[in-house]
Amino acid sequence: MSTVTLKRTQRIHPKKFALWLGIGTVIMMFAGFTSAFIVRRAAGNWVEFELPPLFYMSTLVIAMSSIALFFAQRAFKANHRLQYRNLLGLTFTGGIAFIVLQYAAWMQLASYGILLRGNPSGSFVYVISGVHAAHVLGGVVLLGLFFVRALPKPDPVQELLSEINPERNLGIEMLSVYWHFVGILWLYLLVFFHFYK
Amino acid sequence: MATIESGTEIKINVHDHHDHEHDHHHEESFISKYIFSQDHKMISRQFLITGIFWSFVGVLFSVLFRLQLAWPDESFPILETLLGKWAAGGKLAPNFYYALVTMHGTIMVFFVLTAGLSGTFSNLLIPLQIGARDMASPFLNMLSYWFFFLSGFIMLVSLFISTGPADGGWTAYPPLNALPQASSGSQFGMTLWLLSMAMFVVSSLLGGLNYITTILNMRTEGMTMMRLPLTIWAFFFTAVLGVLSFPVLLSGAILLLFDRHLGTSFYLSDIYIGGQPLTNAAGELLQGGSPILFQHLFWFLGHPEVYIIILPAMGMVSHVLATNSRKPIFGYSAMVMSILAITVLAFLVWAHHMFVSGLNPFIGSIFVLFTLLIAVPSAIKVFNWIGTIWRGNINFTPDTLFAIGFVSLFISGGLTGIYLGNSALDIPLHDTYFVVAHFHIVMGLAGGFGLFVGVYHWFPKMFNGRQMNNTMGYIHFWVTFVGSYLIFWPMHYMGMTGVPRRYFQFSNFETFNVYGELNVFITIAALVVFFAQFIFLINFIYSALYGPKIKTLNPYLSNTLEWTTPIEPGHGNWPGAIPPVYRGPYEYGKNGTDFVPQHLPDNAIWPKEEKETKTELA
Repeated sequence: MSTVTLKRTQRIHPKKFALWLGIGTVIMMFAGFTSAFIVRRAAGNWVEFELPPLFYMSTLVIAMSSIALFFAQRAFKANHRLQYRNLLGLTFTGGIAFIVLQYAAWMQLASYGILLRGNPSGSFVYVISGVHAAHVLGGVVLLGLFFVRALPKPDPVQELLSEINPERNLGIEMLSVYWHFVGILWLYLLVFFHFYK
Repeated sequence: MATIESGTEIKINVHDHHDHEHDHHHEESFISKYIFSQDHKMISRQFLITGIFWSFVGVLFSVLFRLQLAWPDESFPILETLLGKWAAGGKLAPNFYYALVTMHGTIMVFFVLTAGLSGTFSNLLIPLQIGARDMASPFLNMLSYWFFFLSGFIMLVSLFISTGPADGGWTAYPPLNALPQASSGSQFGMTLWLLSMAMFVVSSLLGGLNYITTILNMRTEGMTMMRLPLTIWAFFFTAVLGVLSFPVLLSGAILLLFDRHLGTSFYLSDIYIGGQPLTNAAGELLQGGSPILFQHLFWFLGHPEVYIIILPAMGMVSHVLATNSRKPIFGYSAMVMSILAITVLAFLVWAHHMFVSGLNPFIGSIFVLFTLLIAVPSAIKVFNWIGTIWRGNINFTPDTLFAIGFVSLFISGGLTGIYLGNSALDIPLHDTYFVVAHFHIVMGLAGGFGLFVGVYHWFPKMFNGRQMNNTMGYIHFWVTFVGSYLIFWPMHYMGMTGVPRRYFQFSNFETFNVYGELNVFITIAALVVFFAQFIFLINFIYSALYGPKIKTLNPYLSNTLEWTTPIEPGHGNWPGAIPPVYRGPYEYGKNGTDFVPQHLPDNAIWPKEEKETKTELA
């Protein structure tokens, strides 16, 4: 039995592996979007425009929240409970701020006269950043859930259990993989829009 | 530190499973056992039964439009009873003919041959054949079924709305399907179609993630990748194809939804209706879109989709042919490599569906090359199947017959693929009955035969050890096999003379009038084959409830692990420890032993003493 257990520790946890595969599907989806963008752009009749500055601001925010989550995960492993809770709250706030900023950036874009309806060059930016924001929103919901779970509990036994539960550790690991991924995905999209508009 | 932690996790999981086993024998409620079940075997039954339901709906639709093609001027009062206003006076409305064609395609491709085939057998066989207690995430697995159910439910609702279901073809090309004013089915019906497809994509992705994760991470001890049964290899690459291609379809569908409802023009440009240019709700001209873009996004899924359909069938056929010929599979690693090659090539050939879309002929020639390359792994597989049954000791059970039928259909349909893969030949043959004959034989019928192979072979594992009736199986096979060829073979000739597909009526075309009687013949064959499926249905239902039970654990003297589980396996599959594996799955007739199950070590089959005496005698 013990040898089997030892062998299995070499392998990645199945749920984490499934998460990586899921990330692969999201990558394929955005590869679909961006290649559609490239193909459509090559066909001509393409309106060029500057990206709204708020997009760069939101990039900064999501990068900061990723860093906060990195340290939150460290704090969790080191069992620094308060620090973990605070950093998780910071990440969560960053996520919400990102979505608000994206919305403001769309308003900014609209004020330039680039609307969702109109030349596909603008429509693509709205749709792609919108679908990305939906993925961020999923992460924000999970962050909120983890934050509520990290709040102190009245029952000391429950409190202790939440500390040492390996499933919870797995959850934090998976959440941070996902959160870093949506951040990097946005970075890719921004660079793509910036150089390929 | 980290490794110790994950070690604990595994232990906790194993413990969990044992707990489940105990629960599931006694304290399970009806809802958690039969409806929201997380047991992969129950989920597989749910997929199968839902798939069978949809297959009868889908095939019934084809029978209805075949009636129209055979007797365009007759009136069938029963159609009015069945379809109401869509067949006023017993004559099918042209609009509804297109709706039937569209729904037949969508239902058969996605609900029957994707969910019904790969959903059913991936779920049933992956944990049982690799030696796992369940899928990596039983919960996501359950969600996968219920998203499929929801997808089907939305599609079912779309059949009953007043404007009718989607009628612009299963490929949903814009602009027809982007503009609600194009046809009545392009109104709410198409919206429901897109919604249903989005749910279906979610279902496929959840399923696919689980299948891949389970196969890579949860094999029993000794089950190396090259000891996996070919069924598992096929399900693995099917899932890889799905996971990589379905998200792209979703991108395409999202853009289509924006075009339909939010006034964008990704796929629309310069469309004039009644001399007036088309505008969006804000009164702006719809400009700058490209309908070809949708074709690229669609076929990037659409082509891998045909391999999603055929690979599971191929895997099960390989497995059943080896088992029932009592011979090792011919060229195991060649079989694995050819599946891998098909998977890679599947992503490089999508534009062969678009040779007449104005594609640059130089780009087209690259796609011709890759398309024709697929003939190589396909031919390897066919050669190996024939090599497997060659001089074998074949048990001609219904599952073997369907497997041999599959090989026959795959050859017939595959050969016409070589014609269509050449752009020069595809241009005249495109959108004719030649294409209809090609893909129905190589994908539709072959996939359907794969489904029958699986059902007849693994029926005892699915329904508590009960067996299906062989006599009814033989009748079902021969009528279906001969009938299928009678339906689709003549269509090749029609297609070669240019008869276009999807036409409502040919009687106004002098050239195509000569096929009037041939159309009647095809429809009669289709009716016979359709009614023959009820033999299967009756056999299936009766056997599931009252069929004779198998007496031994391993009725086919098969090597694979699913036959080491109890006749009625509980949740967790094996009551004790999971058996470890010592050998490959197809060791039949080795050293004079009829079969050598994967879980038996050498010294259990050829005891040492016996070996020594043999050498002494020699």
